[in-house]
Amino acid sequence: MALTLMKGSEAIAEAAIRAGARFFFGYPITPQTEIPEYMSARMPEVNGCYLQAESEVAAINMVYGAAGTGARVITSSSSPGVSLKQEGISYCAGAQLPCVILNVMRGGPGLGSIQASQGDYFQAVKGGGNGDYHLITYAPASIQEAINIMMFAYDKAEKYRVPVLFLADGIMCQMMEPVEMPEMVEYHVDPEKKPWAATGWKPGDDPSKRAVINSLYINTEELTVHNNELQAIYGEIRKNEKMWECYRTEDAEIIITAFGTVARIAKSAVDTLRKEGYKVGLFRPITVWPFPYEELKEAAKGCKAILDVEANEGQMLEDVKLAVSGSIPVDYTGHCGSQMPSTAEIIAKVREMKEGL
Amino acid sequence: MSVVFEKTPYLSDKPFHYCPGCNHGIIHRLVAECLEESGMGGNIVGVAPVGCSVFAYDYFNVDMMEAAHGRAPAVATGIKRAKPDSLVFTYQGDGDLASIGTAEIVHAAHRGEKITTIFVNNAIYGMTGGQMAPTTLVGQVTTTSPYGRDEAWCGAPIKMSEMLAEVPGAYYIERCAVNNTANIVKTKNAIKKAFKYQMEGKGFCMIEVLSTCPTNWGLNPVEAMKWLEENMIPYYPLGVKKDKGAE
Repeated sequence: MALTLMKGSEAIAEAAIRAGARFFFGYPITPQTEIPEYMSARMPEVNGCYLQAESEVAAINMVYGAAGTGARVITSSSSPGVSLKQEGISYCAGAQLPCVILNVMRGGPGLGSIQASQGDYFQAVKGGGNGDYHLITYAPASIQEAINIMMFAYDKAEKYRVPVLFLADGIMCQMMEPVEMPEMVEYHVDPEKKPWAATGWKPGDDPSKRAVINSLYINTEELTVHNNELQAIYGEIRKNEKMWECYRTEDAEIIITAFGTVARIAKSAVDTLRKEGYKVGLFRPITVWPFPYEELKEAAKGCKAILDVEANEGQMLEDVKLAVSGSIPVDYTGHCGSQMPSTAEIIAKVREMKEGL
Repeated sequence: MSVVFEKTPYLSDKPFHYCPGCNHGIIHRLVAECLEESGMGGNIVGVAPVGCSVFAYDYFNVDMMEAAHGRAPAVATGIKRAKPDSLVFTYQGDGDLASIGTAEIVHAAHRGEKITTIFVNNAIYGMTGGQMAPTTLVGQVTTTSPYGRDEAWCGAPIKMSEMLAEVPGAYYIERCAVNNTANIVKTKNAIKKAFKYQMEGKGFCMIEVLSTCPTNWGLNPVEAMKWLEENMIPYYPLGVKKDKGAE
């Protein structure tokens, strides 16, 4: 199949449509506005619906309503907007509504900047909204990878009845890369496959089939049962859905951990260092929730130290440390705000660490 | 023997949790009867709010969704866009609609969203135990306005129906009450008309229904109804605020 040069935001939007998404609710915010722009032109062509909401708060609640009918629904935003969506995301998680949410991260806190950042890692994987819940959270490192993940994201969301979050950043959406776009998936709401969805019920029908999309369990025992069911699902996801990449880690003395765009920068650093004779590799979580703890621990066997690199204060660093549980030193380099770590910085840090080994 | 009256099957058999004398019971029944009479059975989705009527999803015997506080019009928008041929309604109180959900209700009206909102205004936060609402009358004592609502400090009560009638996308807005038989009949007719307009694809419709809250007003049901007639109706005049279908 032929490769097409596409901008990240447009490629991800098109992939969502190819995966069956027919409803987009969103609100403009830099650096992801090209996604709603693309959707506003493209959705009518596929008999879909683009609707510009009055706020991110409203947009995620529109997602809730449409997803509750069984449709494949998507919303996108960037960090401050995703903060506004957290209420609705928690409700989607509680009501077990499959949907896809894109966070094209920019610098924070507050208004921060409009440049790329990874400052929302904690928000994405440690909660965000209220209550005990998780989202299957993918952190693609290339446009093609984002497309490929999008093609199965709805299947995962629907299998587990869990919202899926894409944790991308401004660079991912603003850059262009040659990509291969998959064929269109035909998706129709099947009430048999989604018996929980509001697909039509009237008095006299089987009472168990009436849709009640809800996250309220006023009786504490019932809420505990509901939470235990959610936790059981999260356990299954942890078991089945972890994704990661090991790059030149087999004989590595130092393993770099990084996700998303930063992992690409780190990969360049690994190649340069390897040419210089340094035994260094990269471990890249593709799912940041569930985090591949055991897989990182396994990859780090025989390795002497880990360098975690992030475009934040070192948020994933906590998960990296949990994975190796103090067995080897874990160092960090990176920047808060919107400054990307450079290959030169990573190389300098690895050299320094090597001397201390 | 002929049956002269039956409870509509569009209300479930679950006993209401509402306080004695509260008007939610009457309003629920009217909405449910209108749902049945709409002929849309099998293609209806309702959205419940946060507030006293939070359990409306247990009472309305149709597909239901429970929305976050104030977000019912956004949830209903998502439903209606995904299922344009279905009858979609929200049932919201005054804290939900006139305070935390003002953006959602204004913009649902603004877009001319083809949904119907039943807005129950009892001038107080009932479920949380009687706090001041945007609709609380000047001088009215609540647990968070213990000296009576002070207009200079927190404004005069907001009139949502009059406000929304000014929004171009709103098609039909009427304020009703269920304080006597004549008004109950008027309320039912208004809800019926709103559902009819929705099914004709006309635009956003809202029926505001004034309601008592004997528990939090500290009155018995009869006194509460009298208080509504003497205080609420003069400030919140009943009647059609906008009806593009009648123009």
